[in-house]
Amino acid sequence: MSVFNQSRSYIIRLIFLSVFLLILVRLASLQLFTNDYEQLAFNNAVYPKIIYPERGIIYDRNNKPILNNIILYDLMITPSELKGTDTLLMCTILNIDTAQFRNRIVDAIIKNTRVRPSVFEALVSPEIQARFLENSWRFPGFALVERPVRSYPYNVGAQVLGYIAEVSPSDIERSHSFYRMGDYIGKNGLEKHYEDVLMGQRGVEYMIKDNKNRLVNNYKNGEFDTLAVAGRGLKTFIDIELQEMAEALISNKVGGIVAIDPKTGGILAMASGPTFNPNDLTGPRFKRNFFILDSLYSAPLLNRAIKGVYPPGSTFKPIGGLVALDQGVITPAFGYPCGGRYYGCGTGKPACTHHNAGHAANLRLATANSCNSYFTDIYRKTVDNPKYGNVKKGYEVWEDYMHKFGLGVKLGVDLPSEDRGNISTVARYDKYYNGQWNSCTNLTLGIGQDQMQTTPLQLANATCIIANKGYFYTPHFVDSIEKETIADTVFMNRYRTKHEVLTHISDTAYNAIINGMNDVVTNGTAKIANIPGINVCAKTGTSENYYRGIKQKDHSMFICFAPKENPKIAIAIVVENAGYGATWAGRMSRILLEKYLKDSLSPTAQNYFNEISKTKITPGYYPREQFKKDSSRAEYWAKIRKDSTNLKRYLKGAPSIKKDSSKADSRLVHTEIPHQKDEKKLYRFQYCWAINEKQKIKATTII
Amino acid sequence: MKKNEAVLSKGIDVTLIVIYLLLVMIGITAIFGVTYNDGDPIINSFLKFKTDYSKQFYFAGISIIIGLFILLTDSKFFPATANLFYALGFLALLLVFPLHSNVKGTESIIRIGGTNIQPADFMKLPVALALAKYLSLPDMKFSNLRSQLIASAITLTPAVISILQKETGLALVYFSFFLVMFREGLPSIILVIGFSTASLVVATLLLEKNLLAGILLAITLLVILFYRKKIKRDKELLIKIIFIGVVCIGIQRFAVPFLFQSVLGKHQVERIFSTIGKDIPEEYAQKLDIKIDTKTGKQTNTADYNVKQSKIAIGSGGLTGKGLLSGTQTRYGFVPEQRTDFIFDTIGESYGFIGSTILVGLYMFLLFRIIMIAERQRSTFNRCYAYGVASVLFFHIAINLCMTIGLAPVIGIPLPFISYGGTSLLTFSSLLFILIRLDADRNMMLR
Repeated sequence: MSVFNQSRSYIIRLIFLSVFLLILVRLASLQLFTNDYEQLAFNNAVYPKIIYPERGIIYDRNNKPILNNIILYDLMITPSELKGTDTLLMCTILNIDTAQFRNRIVDAIIKNTRVRPSVFEALVSPEIQARFLENSWRFPGFALVERPVRSYPYNVGAQVLGYIAEVSPSDIERSHSFYRMGDYIGKNGLEKHYEDVLMGQRGVEYMIKDNKNRLVNNYKNGEFDTLAVAGRGLKTFIDIELQEMAEALISNKVGGIVAIDPKTGGILAMASGPTFNPNDLTGPRFKRNFFILDSLYSAPLLNRAIKGVYPPGSTFKPIGGLVALDQGVITPAFGYPCGGRYYGCGTGKPACTHHNAGHAANLRLATANSCNSYFTDIYRKTVDNPKYGNVKKGYEVWEDYMHKFGLGVKLGVDLPSEDRGNISTVARYDKYYNGQWNSCTNLTLGIGQDQMQTTPLQLANATCIIANKGYFYTPHFVDSIEKETIADTVFMNRYRTKHEVLTHISDTAYNAIINGMNDVVTNGTAKIANIPGINVCAKTGTSENYYRGIKQKDHSMFICFAPKENPKIAIAIVVENAGYGATWAGRMSRILLEKYLKDSLSPTAQNYFNEISKTKITPGYYPREQFKKDSSRAEYWAKIRKDSTNLKRYLKGAPSIKKDSSKADSRLVHTEIPHQKDEKKLYRFQYCWAINEKQKIKATTII
Repeated sequence: MKKNEAVLSKGIDVTLIVIYLLLVMIGITAIFGVTYNDGDPIINSFLKFKTDYSKQFYFAGISIIIGLFILLTDSKFFPATANLFYALGFLALLLVFPLHSNVKGTESIIRIGGTNIQPADFMKLPVALALAKYLSLPDMKFSNLRSQLIASAITLTPAVISILQKETGLALVYFSFFLVMFREGLPSIILVIGFSTASLVVATLLLEKNLLAGILLAITLLVILFYRKKIKRDKELLIKIIFIGVVCIGIQRFAVPFLFQSVLGKHQVERIFSTIGKDIPEEYAQKLDIKIDTKTGKQTNTADYNVKQSKIAIGSGGLTGKGLLSGTQTRYGFVPEQRTDFIFDTIGESYGFIGSTILVGLYMFLLFRIIMIAERQRSTFNRCYAYGVASVLFFHIAINLCMTIGLAPVIGIPLPFISYGGTSLLTFSSLLFILIRLDADRNMMLR
């Protein structure tokens, strides 16, 4: 009977065989004919963990670290391992309630799943850290994870040193995807300019992860890992004590201070007012603090020492004198019969602060007394030099001198986004005056007004040129880079080259100007800056300025260098809308000179320091501008959210309510509305537009 | 005693035993490769009965001991008690309904003490015996419909009960016994119909429904055209052809949607569609509440993950594999259920194409050896039983391998002798050892 169906045995065998062949073919196609699965398995299981190198440290001239790294700790939580944790104790340590505790855990699970660690509290304070470590056995599922943070031990140098922040998409694009999301990059100041040096080299550690993305151990015992190379340090010329003092002087005013060593071009101090504590822009409060700083009209993030442009006013006079001397249109003995006004163009302008006979009997006297008529006259003589035929040719020569003095050009300091100031070209004047202009039209250029705009850095650099009698080094911060490579040397050589731009001007000319500047201190406009025992050379400036066509109070300007015989420091100071040059900028210079040259302050200087550092000087239009800025932002948010509650509250002066609907931080910094007629009263001293007490940024706890 | 030994070893098919031992060893190694934690003392943990590989090691020992007992049994015992076994098994199967414990979505497990017993799993052994017994009845004429129906009932009743216990995968195993019946004279048209129906269902899933209806209609018309001369003579043929055509379209239009909407569970539908690599059609998706990923706008087919990871694991093995304990996919838990259903991934990843081919070859050799043994039997019972063993093993191996490489939907059935699990190893071992016992006495049995 069975024999009957014998053939079917073969059919069954055939079925078996064909199915097994099918399986083998499929296996071959999976395993032999494609590499995709191998790559997929690698991606699945191997996680390239980026090891971030320690960022380079920045030192001052005495090798004190002024920008350092510290390790703070994040408290991490792994929700799946929480069983048995002492919740109540954790709540008391962190000072939160159990509802918050629960919410944070839910957030962590949503963000990072149950099995992966996520941040429970970022950057815990050392106190919490200590209390946690004492009781750590009570908290399974919690762990502290190191997190390096930039720290500024002296709390100064915000605009100069810069800050780091997460890369933006445009940064990533610019770096050709070298940076990845979540990386930190220098955003301003030295941090940005020396990013390549400071960042070091990232390392990669290949880790094996499991199906829940937990890292298990090293892939192939770390065979393919590369180590991170720490960022290299920078040694700068900054004298941190001088910098501290400069910032204390300018911090509640608007303006800039630059102090340069003329012999090297090294910047000893650079401060910009108003300023802020750079530690505010580190750690978890970055976004919030950045928002507050960014929303201020006074723009603390702006480095006015390289970015603020001001008419130099009388501080320009030594330069004007040198140009005239070099052109041979005057001699040091040249005098101008000034009777209080300049009538050379028939208008009686500009006026002069002196009208006694003989205050401009020669260059030296004219410099010491800052005679406007004298320097207007020699400016006209320079550009109207018959040698060049007409005023435009003469002006071109004059403009060239200005560029040689570093005015109207970018100097190339090692900070990002330097301003070039302004020395107008002939073409520009032609356009402005329809080609109809002569030396009378822009005669106030002779006293540093008209269209002339300079930055404090340019003024300081020009002072260096005078002090050095013709040469300068490009102003820069960085003295040397740690473990300097050839590429670094090539890069740094631009700061180590001597620029002998104006050495062709005779020593007689320089001496005449320098002696004049010395007289400014001894018996001229800046007796206040006279330091016994040191020959200081200086020039005051009180520059007129306008805001939207309305004349504002004069800027207080001051340039100086000392000692006269062997200049060690050159300073330029601008204080916006402060008034007379010697009163504010002059006294500040004296303090800084004493600090740098004598290493201590005389009682007089100490008094000046106490008084000035307590004084707030605000340009009169700031509060109103701040109000406009805040209210327009309030309206902007009201429009975006279609909810005018906060706008109304803002106009009433009530604090705004944070809306849950949007994560964006829209708190409004409130400023009182000054009435138009009271604006004059609010001119100075009373008004502080800066962050008021409530919003004052608390310095993040750094120990 | 000496006589006994001689009787025991006489006629035993050593090849089968060697293959069996090889497979069990491969299985323990594979489970070791998956579950071994770095740094554990190997020999110690093998003996401690704490880890999975150690448990499997002990299960293997128990299986071999039971195998020895089977070899010591008189071969007449099995045909004599086949129906009794079937009745007992059936009783156990029914007892599951009131007594089952709740283990991850199945209702087929009884928990006694610390061990899980799944009657639907070991029921294939009594079924194989009972079917062989029925087919070897002295006055058996398998060509008549009545006996065919009875044989079907013997095999399919446990399958129905399995489905009721939510173990569709195990139920499918019982269909493999049709191979036995086919060998014993089941009309081949039934296999053809079965195969065509399966193809039609697959086509329904793959093709757009109106297109498929059109194709079916066109085929019907072509067949009519082809047989037009015969039809002239025999009008009934026309009716038959049209009837078949209508049935086909009916299956495509109504039966398959009914199956997918009402009979199969969500995960089964997902698995089937993930195998053919298509999104689940909206008509089923809505009913089954399948979510759509807001990010990619695609369906979140969770069944995809297992098969994808399994394919990655096997595919990344390459020609020679990564070596034991070096496979990243299987070591770090990317493939779920890899000790049991997806154990082949470990072999594919660790030993590559060469290792996989050797294993597949070993299985093929085993099956062909069993069929060879079946054909050399003189008793119908033995032959039918041998074919039963071959069919069950074949079904398990084919479906399990196919599902790990993405050729079949994921059905939770183990790989014989290799997958982790005591019941499964014990059942397959008993199946095989009974066959060896029967084969040893092939010359005695003349029934």
